[in-house]
Amino acid sequence: MLSDKDRIFTNLYGLKDPGIDGARARGDWAGTADLIAKGDDWIVDELKESGLRGRGGAGFPTGLKMSFMPKVSDGRPHYLVVNADEGEPGTCKDREIIRHDPHKLVEGCLLSGVAMRAEAAYIYIRGEFYREAEQLQAAIDEAYAAGLLGENCCGTGYTFDVYVHRGMGAYICGEETALIESLEGKKGQPRLKPPFPANVGVWGCPTTVNNVESIAAVPTILRRGGAWFAGLGRENNTGTKIFSISGHVNHPCNVEEEMGIPLKELIEKHAGGVIGGWDNLLAIIPGGSSVPVLPKDICDTVLMDFDSLKAEKSGLGTAAVIVMDKSTDIVAAIARLASFYQHESCGQCTPCREGTGWMARVMDRMVRGDAEVEEIDSLLDVSTQIEGHTICALGDAAAWPIQGLIRHFRPELEARIATAKQAANTRAA
Amino acid sequence: MPTLTIDGVEITVDSGVTLMQACEEAGAEIPRFCYHDRLSIAGNCRMCLVEQENAPKPIASCAMPAADGMVIHTNSPSIKKAREGVMEFLLINHPLDCPICDQGGECDLQDQSMAYGGNDSRYDENKRAVTEKNMGPLIKTVMTRCIHCTRCIRFAQEVAGVEEIGALGRGEHMEISTYLEQSMTSELSGNVIDLCPVGALTSKPYAFTARSWELEKTESIDVHDAVGSNIRVDVRGKEVMRILPRLNEDVNQEWLADRSRFAYDGLKKRRLDKPYVRIDGKLTEATWEDAFKTIADKVAGTDGSKIAGIAGDLADVESMTALKDLLISLGSANLDCRTDGVQYDASNRASYLFNSTISGIDQVDALLIIGANIREDAPIINARIRQQSLTGNLQIAVIGETLDLTYDYDYLGAGAQTLADLVSDNGAFAQTLKDASHPMIIIGQNVLSRADGQAIAAMAAQLADNVGAITADWNGYNVLHQAAGRVGGLDIGFVPQDGGRDVAGILDGAASGDIEIVFLHHADEIDVSKLQNAFVIYQGSHGDAGVQHADVILPGAAYTEKAATWVNTEGRVQLGNRAAFPPGDAREDWTILRALSGVIGKTLPYDTLDALRDRMAEIAPHLAEADQIVAADWQGAGTAGDTSDEPFAGNSIDHYQVNPICRASNTMEECTNIQNEVSEGTGTNG
Repeated sequence: MLSDKDRIFTNLYGLKDPGIDGARARGDWAGTADLIAKGDDWIVDELKESGLRGRGGAGFPTGLKMSFMPKVSDGRPHYLVVNADEGEPGTCKDREIIRHDPHKLVEGCLLSGVAMRAEAAYIYIRGEFYREAEQLQAAIDEAYAAGLLGENCCGTGYTFDVYVHRGMGAYICGEETALIESLEGKKGQPRLKPPFPANVGVWGCPTTVNNVESIAAVPTILRRGGAWFAGLGRENNTGTKIFSISGHVNHPCNVEEEMGIPLKELIEKHAGGVIGGWDNLLAIIPGGSSVPVLPKDICDTVLMDFDSLKAEKSGLGTAAVIVMDKSTDIVAAIARLASFYQHESCGQCTPCREGTGWMARVMDRMVRGDAEVEEIDSLLDVSTQIEGHTICALGDAAAWPIQGLIRHFRPELEARIATAKQAANTRAA
Repeated sequence: MPTLTIDGVEITVDSGVTLMQACEEAGAEIPRFCYHDRLSIAGNCRMCLVEQENAPKPIASCAMPAADGMVIHTNSPSIKKAREGVMEFLLINHPLDCPICDQGGECDLQDQSMAYGGNDSRYDENKRAVTEKNMGPLIKTVMTRCIHCTRCIRFAQEVAGVEEIGALGRGEHMEISTYLEQSMTSELSGNVIDLCPVGALTSKPYAFTARSWELEKTESIDVHDAVGSNIRVDVRGKEVMRILPRLNEDVNQEWLADRSRFAYDGLKKRRLDKPYVRIDGKLTEATWEDAFKTIADKVAGTDGSKIAGIAGDLADVESMTALKDLLISLGSANLDCRTDGVQYDASNRASYLFNSTISGIDQVDALLIIGANIREDAPIINARIRQQSLTGNLQIAVIGETLDLTYDYDYLGAGAQTLADLVSDNGAFAQTLKDASHPMIIIGQNVLSRADGQAIAAMAAQLADNVGAITADWNGYNVLHQAAGRVGGLDIGFVPQDGGRDVAGILDGAASGDIEIVFLHHADEIDVSKLQNAFVIYQGSHGDAGVQHADVILPGAAYTEKAATWVNTEGRVQLGNRAAFPPGDAREDWTILRALSGVIGKTLPYDTLDALRDRMAEIAPHLAEADQIVAADWQGAGTAGDTSDEPFAGNSIDHYQVNPICRASNTMEECTNIQNEVSEGTGTNG
């Protein structure tokens, strides 16, 4: 279990002052100028050493991503874009960071910006986070007033600006290239890659898009050293992570914990356990709506990190743990997710545009059992035709929950179909 | 130069090409819907997936650059499965209405479903239905058929330069729309019909009139502007059912202007299908013999100097040659094809050509437009300029009206004084032209047809010389013609011979009685009120202005009904072919003149089209060089003189109503009405 001295987000619950004085008291903005003075390469190297993997869901090494930015500018400015469009169902960690510890993010923007030789950071914040956007803007204003941002920020001679841009609440705008399109004022549709944002990003300039949690962790990692962060968690799955635990637990919460903590321990220690006890557990979606569901027997032992969950054909995603006890209609739950992805598909490419609607309609029938047993295989086949065939990962995200359902709860689906058939026969007779 | 392996074939391709192009080079066919050579890459249909060894997922070949060492499979079982999956997704919400769909038989989705479609459907849900969108009188929409390839959106934004088509909504509720549900304000809008891979956007005038496989297809040349767009005329029986563009990189690429595409219904209306003779002030149906006899009688008693001939905008080179020979043999020097009144010097070919050529626009880096509404006069050339302008390597300036040309330009001034300033080296744009490697000056016909037109032409030519626009392999002086017949007429010297009268002189002479007989050959764009007292012989295809005071009408052929030579504004000689027969008793124009010459007793010395074309080549050797441009020597242009302060004005004629065919066309009338509505729209009535 993570000890208090190793916590990064020390005001996650908003018990202390989120303003600049409170932030300074918690160690933010301390010696920022010295960190900047150590230079871009040093920052990237520290982040690489820390093993920090992107906290937005895909888990790409953050230091490596930053190192993709052109070493020498060709005249185009570089930009950091922070993805605060936290839309993944079940996930509410970035919201808490922005509410209660915004200075961690603002300072992270500056240090990450230095690492990628950027002129400015754009924080693209989900439109529904209205108060959070105000809070964030207030923090930025404080930082400007204190000389920490803007021209000659922190007295280093470096010029760096931070802007907040409010989105309109489309889930797809959390995809990095769709976010860039939206930031440019266009319809939020993912771009083709290559070219990658590090070459052609916002307004055609080199850009790196990072998650709020990744960026907010940067200052602490730099202060305490990459080795400290790498010492937490497991190899290749290092550091701490905010877990958003929701659903059928006694105390739903956000909690910062060490990577690799056993799922069962996470829930029992921090969320007060599953309602009705661990044995009342049906299944858990371990990483936000887009990762496959895990049945209880896997949840008993699985560790909460990228590689352990991948080995179980699920994923850490955003680490939004959605707990479902035995009162849950698991088919209806997944059908609800299918309907979510149908609604949020941008409509650009064929498999996702057409396939999400198809799957959602079949899932709706599966809830009632109004289907044929063969349709389960057909549904699985459709999901594999979407997966990996689209421009962005929304197609995958729509396919995985259904694949997880069929993988682990196929008997439930079959039983439901049988029951419905029997009921129909009874009525007919 | 990356080297990669495609289906076991090692191939080296140019760097920068996409995988799809590399695959095609290697002989592997890649199915596609959204990809189009001339549009930006969308990569959204996902039909062109290929497998790359060691890549986790299939990749869209249209968007992926070919890289060294790639090992690609285009026909593996997994790729076939992936494409079948995409096809299935496209089809689940696509209506099964091929039997009543106008795209049937030439539909990409239909064709590719033969290769990748399943045998039966496993989609048991309700299909999506989408309400039709109004896109004006030219484009019929059946949006339920749309597969969201976004070609039309990209065409509107990139080629047409009007951001008027877009996608509303998202996911499966995404719909293609013109936002305000009105027609595109573009002269190229019809091209989205060709681009649409399915039957979502089809031709409204063509709707339900024919099936593609029952049409006879004839390659020909368009005459609705002076571009000479290459077209395909689709005919069933003797009726032209539709007109489509044909690929010619040097002329129209693969686009076609709306009036060229849609004016064909004018070919069926107001046609002259019988000879007529005016008896007792009334036009009466006659036989060819009677008509010829009436002319022969009149000509026999008239001195050659009192006979005149005017060739109009739609006159082909063959018949103009025959008419010229006939008039000269009658002793007339009064012939002219310049109905717009421009005093072109027919002996100085470079002074009336679009010398830089249309494909030359691709190299131009500085362009001065003098009083030309290129967007209306030659939409194809305008699109080419826009295409070059989008590369960022072209600076454009305009003297004349401030028009929306679909690209940005510097506005220099309204009239001749601005041009004079540039000639005397004042103004930054003179320097821009000087610094350019391929400077270009385009001068419009409306400017040249002014009284001071030749003086302005001389100034423009002087400017071209000053800025170095004339070199051994580049001529930046360009005249933008509006009429398809004009350059051909000038090439064969259909202009006043020694002591002869020009168009204005002929009309004045006819009014005063000095000219007694006037041959109007497809000539409608003139002031016919002056012809009241003359004996007028009208040869043409439509009952338009020219027949008003005609004493004899000889029914001729429209451009789709004759094998004819056309010379476009750049001097390119192109051969049109006969797609259908002229209606009724109407005949191909040169044969009428040949027959008439026999009755008059001045038999023209050619009995076949080939012999006539030999005669043309005798007059102007380059006319034998079909599909070529023979460059003209530069001898300057215009004649120096005084200019007026009058600003350069644009077209007084509606560009949907430029010739008798357009004026007879209901479709063009609708376009005119819509155009007027849109320009009058205020937000409450718009």
